[in-house]
Amino acid sequence: MQREFTCIVCPNGCRITADYEKKEDGSLIIRSVEGQTCRRGEEYVRQELTDPRRTIASSAAVKGGEMPLCSVRLTAPVPKKEIFRVMEAIREITMEAPVEEGTVILSNVLGYDADLIATRTVHKA
Amino acid sequence: MKYADVVIVGGGPAGLAAAVRLYDMGIRDILILEREHSLGGILRQCIHDGFGLTRFGVSLSGPEYASRFIGEVEKRQIPYITDTTVIEITRDKLVTAAGEAGLLQVQAKAVILTMGCRERTRGALAIPGTRPAGVMTAGVAQAYINLQNRMIGKEVVILGSGDIGMIMARRLTLEGAHVIAVFEVMPVASGLPRNIEQCLNDYGIPLYLSHTVTDIKGTDRLESVTISQVDDHMQPIPGTEKEYACDTLILSVGLIPENELTLGAGASLDDHTKGALVDEFYQSDIPGIFAAGNVLHVHDLVDFVSMEAEALAEGAAAYVREGSLPECLVSVTAGDNVGHALPQKVSGERDFLLSLRPRRPMQDVRLKVSQGENIILERKMKKVLPAEMIQLKIRKEKLSREGSITVSISQ
Repeated sequence: MQREFTCIVCPNGCRITADYEKKEDGSLIIRSVEGQTCRRGEEYVRQELTDPRRTIASSAAVKGGEMPLCSVRLTAPVPKKEIFRVMEAIREITMEAPVEEGTVILSNVLGYDADLIATRTVHKA
Repeated sequence: MKYADVVIVGGGPAGLAAAVRLYDMGIRDILILEREHSLGGILRQCIHDGFGLTRFGVSLSGPEYASRFIGEVEKRQIPYITDTTVIEITRDKLVTAAGEAGLLQVQAKAVILTMGCRERTRGALAIPGTRPAGVMTAGVAQAYINLQNRMIGKEVVILGSGDIGMIMARRLTLEGAHVIAVFEVMPVASGLPRNIEQCLNDYGIPLYLSHTVTDIKGTDRLESVTISQVDDHMQPIPGTEKEYACDTLILSVGLIPENELTLGAGASLDDHTKGALVDEFYQSDIPGIFAAGNVLHVHDLVDFVSMEAEALAEGAAAYVREGSLPECLVSVTAGDNVGHALPQKVSGERDFLLSLRPRRPMQDVRLKVSQGENIILERKMKKVLPAEMIQLKIRKEKLSREGSITVSISQ
């Protein structure tokens, strides 16, 4: 089977073509990966074929802050299908101001090796 | 009246990077003027990640990227004033600003223009129909959701495939809205391919090329938009109209460098970039007035904005010290399939960074930079896209002080 990918690792957005075969037992044989201009492109395609992952950025509520929200992001990608569950977890958060940039708000989100961190400082109102 | 060696107009990524570099080059008498309440510019509301891959080698969110530069400014104690809008810059570099403390006047030796850009609005597109609530630009939607915690709608149509529009398509989906589709009048997307992938394809949001909004209905709130297919000349094709019920229409239809102050100072603009005409020092045709970042030409990536502003700082520092910069008389012009090339003037005696944007997508091309018969640089490229700016380092050894330089892309 052939499949085309647009690499999302960096803004170059390489068009990558992978030639692969899916065995009956679910395992994957990747015959070739072409079109990438760096090693990360090949890694991305392998990951995408076996277990597609994404990072996510959003914002979480802050009480008593100079603004009602603090922007947050995951420090590592999680399986794509879990994105909306991560969003639910973020929606449940309410922090108290002040919040410092870089603070870990949730560690090992949904049991994955990724933390949710604050990406800005929110001072007290 | 105050005096300063350098006044920087705008404390976004370009202004901050210029300030830090100037300071490190020994120019310490700097003043940054910012109209918002805090420094950081548009990055404050760009909470998605992907910033800094080129400049820092890591993927940061917008606020984190800005915070790195704000931290450097604070560390050096570079003076800045927020909540203050520059209202006039004269040819003689007298800067007038209005703020909480009243009117402020600063006589500068050099002025750095880093005002960024603003979004094209519905008015610029002349879309017919009523004028209900629920029609807004992507950046405004982004500010409501990311800074003010206000959800803007439930059923959303997006017009324009700019990067901010696609990023908002994903953001709205994550926040529970239904994004019906993105419609783009051009036959090619205007945003980066990776954003089509991770913001639209990931969430099953369709992108329709060669389509536009031809009617808007609704009295108080938007009720529906009519979408038509367009022909090769971007004219709507009768009979292709389709009505979509929605409560929100987001426009991501282009950015316009914000250059009223630049024009007021008497500087000339480039018809294509809508930014100042600059030389290799990023100096406009008014000596001592410099420009970099999105106010000069719209960039795809903030990393390149910062790097351009850092390069500008070197020219501005030399200007402050010497009182003038070497003449730049060699013009750089855009040839086949090149929308614009920048800088528009060079000396022919120094290395410079050439920035250009293709007009149309093309595959297996040859990019050529020539000066008369002399080929300065030739590069084969697998693909070029209008969404992707190209930057090339041009070496002085290949340049001459006579004859204009042409940049072209052909197969």
